[in-house]
Amino acid sequence: MFGRDEKVSSVRLTAVQYIILVVFLFLAYGLWRLQVVQSEFYSAAAEKNMIREVPILAPRGKILDREGRVIVDNYPSFTALLLRDSSRNISADADLIAKGLHIDAKEVRDRVRRFASTPQFRPIYLKEDITPDELAFVESHHNELPELDTIMAHRRLYPRNGFMAHVIGYVGEVSEDMLNQPQWELYNPGDVVGKSGVELQYNNILMGKNGSRQVVVNSHGKEMGQQKEEKPAEAGKQLKLTIDVDLQIAAEQALDGRNGAIVALDPRTGEILAMVSRPTYDPNNFAVRIKKDEWSKLVNDDDHPLLNKAIQAQLAPGSVFKIIMATAGLQEGIAQHMKVTCNGGASFYGRYFKCWVVAEHRVHGVVDISKAIYQSCDVFFYTLAEKLGIERIARYAAMFGLGQKTGVDLPQEVSGIMPSEQWKIRNFKQKWYVGETISVGIGQGAVAVTPIQLARAIGAIASGGVLRRPHITNPTDLPPNVIPASASSDEAKVSIDPKNWEIITDAMANVVNPGGTAALSHLQGIDFAGKTGSAQTISNALKAKLGAMGKTKFKDNGWFAGVEPRRNPEIVVCALLEEGEHGYLAARTAAQVIKAYVEKQRRTPSKMAQGHGKVEIGAVWNAADADGDEALRGGRFVMEIQARHAPLAMAAPGFN
Amino acid sequence: MSRYISFHDFDWVLLIFVLLICGLGVMEIHSATEHTKFAGAHVKQVYWIVGGLFGMFAMSLINYQMLLERVHWIYLAAIASLMMVLIFGQKYLGARRWIKMPGGGHFQPSEWVKLILILAVAKYFADLHQKDLSWPDFFKAGLMVGFPMLMVLAQPDLGTALTYLPIAMMGIFLGGVRFKQAFIVVLAGALLMPLAWHGLKPYQRSRLTSFMNPEADSQGSGYQVNQSLIAVGSGGIWGSSQGSQTHLAFLPVPQTDFIFAAFAEEHGFVGALGVMLLYFVVLMRLTQNAQTAPDRAGTFVVMGVVAVLSFHILVNIGMVVGFMPVTGIPLPLMSYGGSSVLFMFLALGIVMNVRMRRFVN
Repeated sequence: MFGRDEKVSSVRLTAVQYIILVVFLFLAYGLWRLQVVQSEFYSAAAEKNMIREVPILAPRGKILDREGRVIVDNYPSFTALLLRDSSRNISADADLIAKGLHIDAKEVRDRVRRFASTPQFRPIYLKEDITPDELAFVESHHNELPELDTIMAHRRLYPRNGFMAHVIGYVGEVSEDMLNQPQWELYNPGDVVGKSGVELQYNNILMGKNGSRQVVVNSHGKEMGQQKEEKPAEAGKQLKLTIDVDLQIAAEQALDGRNGAIVALDPRTGEILAMVSRPTYDPNNFAVRIKKDEWSKLVNDDDHPLLNKAIQAQLAPGSVFKIIMATAGLQEGIAQHMKVTCNGGASFYGRYFKCWVVAEHRVHGVVDISKAIYQSCDVFFYTLAEKLGIERIARYAAMFGLGQKTGVDLPQEVSGIMPSEQWKIRNFKQKWYVGETISVGIGQGAVAVTPIQLARAIGAIASGGVLRRPHITNPTDLPPNVIPASASSDEAKVSIDPKNWEIITDAMANVVNPGGTAALSHLQGIDFAGKTGSAQTISNALKAKLGAMGKTKFKDNGWFAGVEPRRNPEIVVCALLEEGEHGYLAARTAAQVIKAYVEKQRRTPSKMAQGHGKVEIGAVWNAADADGDEALRGGRFVMEIQARHAPLAMAAPGFN
Repeated sequence: MSRYISFHDFDWVLLIFVLLICGLGVMEIHSATEHTKFAGAHVKQVYWIVGGLFGMFAMSLINYQMLLERVHWIYLAAIASLMMVLIFGQKYLGARRWIKMPGGGHFQPSEWVKLILILAVAKYFADLHQKDLSWPDFFKAGLMVGFPMLMVLAQPDLGTALTYLPIAMMGIFLGGVRFKQAFIVVLAGALLMPLAWHGLKPYQRSRLTSFMNPEADSQGSGYQVNQSLIAVGSGGIWGSSQGSQTHLAFLPVPQTDFIFAAFAEEHGFVGALGVMLLYFVVLMRLTQNAQTAPDRAGTFVVMGVVAVLSFHILVNIGMVVGFMPVTGIPLPLMSYGGSSVLFMFLALGIVMNVRMRRFVN
């Protein structure tokens, strides 16, 4: 121990001190570099870490009927989500969470595992559109389950049971395909936009503008506080339709259980009062999320429930077309002098054409233009068609808007077909055969119309030749910057001689009188007029070949276009019953709508409507449980009552 | 013997600076753990410091020369305790580092092995009389430190194992290593590096790669490095008033390994530099004590403590500012943790011990 006083080299000790100094300078440089040189960069990074922009969702505008009754509203829908705060053992809490939210505990754990690789600040979505008791569970377990949270979104509340579904349409997340189209390019992924119907057509009015607020979050995405800056959301504007809910209800009921369509227009303005298509679907199923198999079921259904047949079905109009034929024949000065003897059929260009009446083992005998309309004599119109020729028929049909889109403010309207010589050459590179003209004369052959076209055409003839563009919203009700979708002219005039006008409209009134083809649809005390039609879906020859199966499967489509009153009508209704076989059945359907319209006009204002004021109506309903009970789950709409009208319904079904 | 020593010779200046650092540490632990599940850690830290002070005074009373005489026995006990860890140790987060003690406590032998290695290395080099270091002595010293190092590596605990290295390096340097020897050893080490890479665990490798390029995987293993850089950088010159990185839990383990980042965020460049200055004063004071030591062994003991302390500071602050990979080495005196605090105060006790005997012979 002693004698070892040989000291450690002091040079080396000093060297150690210098080495330490160098180390410290090195570290100080590191601090200086971060805290002085790059301080701003890292401050911004820290800011980015803790500030998150949270959208404030703007509610979509309500859709109202012409009297301000609610057709489509919103309700607040809550989604349960899981924040991944490391201080909680989610796997241990899974059973309680699953119980409260009525989901499987295994699913909770699976989800946590599946999303383990995503950033921790991103919450995991557990259940969409939770019920009030599930929401109450989340609210009351804030202390026990701090990782459980909810976000609110406005969801669309549509009328129940597919009421008016085709007119309204539905909303959904904007798809990638849509974003690539110019009219959608200003939208962001995740935006909820209209996908069909009015929701699509007037999306820019209905859709609000999302706001945003900045919140301070911790590393687990938990909200810790709020920043001052907040951009409020702009709610979507409400949209008033020309639809009358009372009439819509009548039309929906009239068509119930059948496939087809009904359109009711006011020919004086072009306002659409009711529009129904069957079969229908429930857009509420789309409001949250539709399952893939449900969707493909809708798409692949042979009855095409997603199609709005009022504007998208293109079918032969059958005998309803005879009104256009009659107008053409009278205006050309041919029909008024014609007397045709109907023996159940006649030969033209070497081919025998039957009149429908032979099926009833009758003949029409001597027929003039008036009788030809109310008895719907085919032989008369075969003869007239032969005399007019296809070019003149096509010209009149085109003047009344057949074979063209009406320009209604609804998406995906189809144009239908009005054949002519040019049409045949353009589409088939073939010459027109004169024999084809004969079939066109009774609205068969290549003629294909949509119910809305037919309604407008018949309405125009009954109005003395004035065609108006049908519309579902009043341009005056729209915000000034909105341009109506269609470029087609709002009004067109076809001159009809008053004498001819009287002949046609009187004959149409006789259709629903004894001796007419729809005598059973006579409405006592109502000046109801119209024309029946039944159109083959396949040719008679093919039907004969198919035999019994052809008779049951390819039944004729029934049509009826009716007006009230017979001249200068206030309303025109076109009813299409697919496989409805007979026009008089369609006439009965249309008559129900006309009747509802007239009764509403004549009704003295009800007690409720007499007084001015507000009426409260409840709104958001829970789905029926096992007992079929439905429970009001919140949301109240207050409706302004105006004394002028006598509303039958308070709002669309599901809203009262 | 006791009449030769007195607490008048106790290094009060050193103690005051050490306690200043500890105080800042307690403050920062309090700030970083407030409203978290670790809340109250600062109180525990105060208990550890008080315990450490008692340990320091007790240590200063035992004659270090007497300890050095028996150091081979103590060394064997250290090896045995490491063996115990490997056999009976508690597995926690994939590594065996602790022995469960009766009464619910946990004991981490690798910390006190550090202390014993300081003594053993000091004893070994103090007994060498040549001016220059011979190769056999070089290797013997290397083996003395290398063996426990391998055992700690086997736990596995790369960080702690690395802290043994500066003890050997300091001994060899002061023991008179020649430039040529040092060069050959460094060269050999460099050649062995690729082999060492293969020996690393995947998480250790990813720590190294994310150290090289933290942005590459900012949500994975680069997360800690990245968040630490953001914390330090956003502190600026005077500190961030919000301290959002620390208080919103973006900075991982702000009370232990990343306490300096938390401190630098809240107190800025000025505050962080102040703390480094305190550490620098402590290290310089320690080196001064080494120079005035009564014998060679005393110098080696104190310089061993200097080596361990500076290495911790280099690796920890280096990690926080992005110069060093994440190794899980705490910042002595500031980081929360009993083992680390106790080690530092016991080491200081030995330093005091040496200083108090500077006039003995």
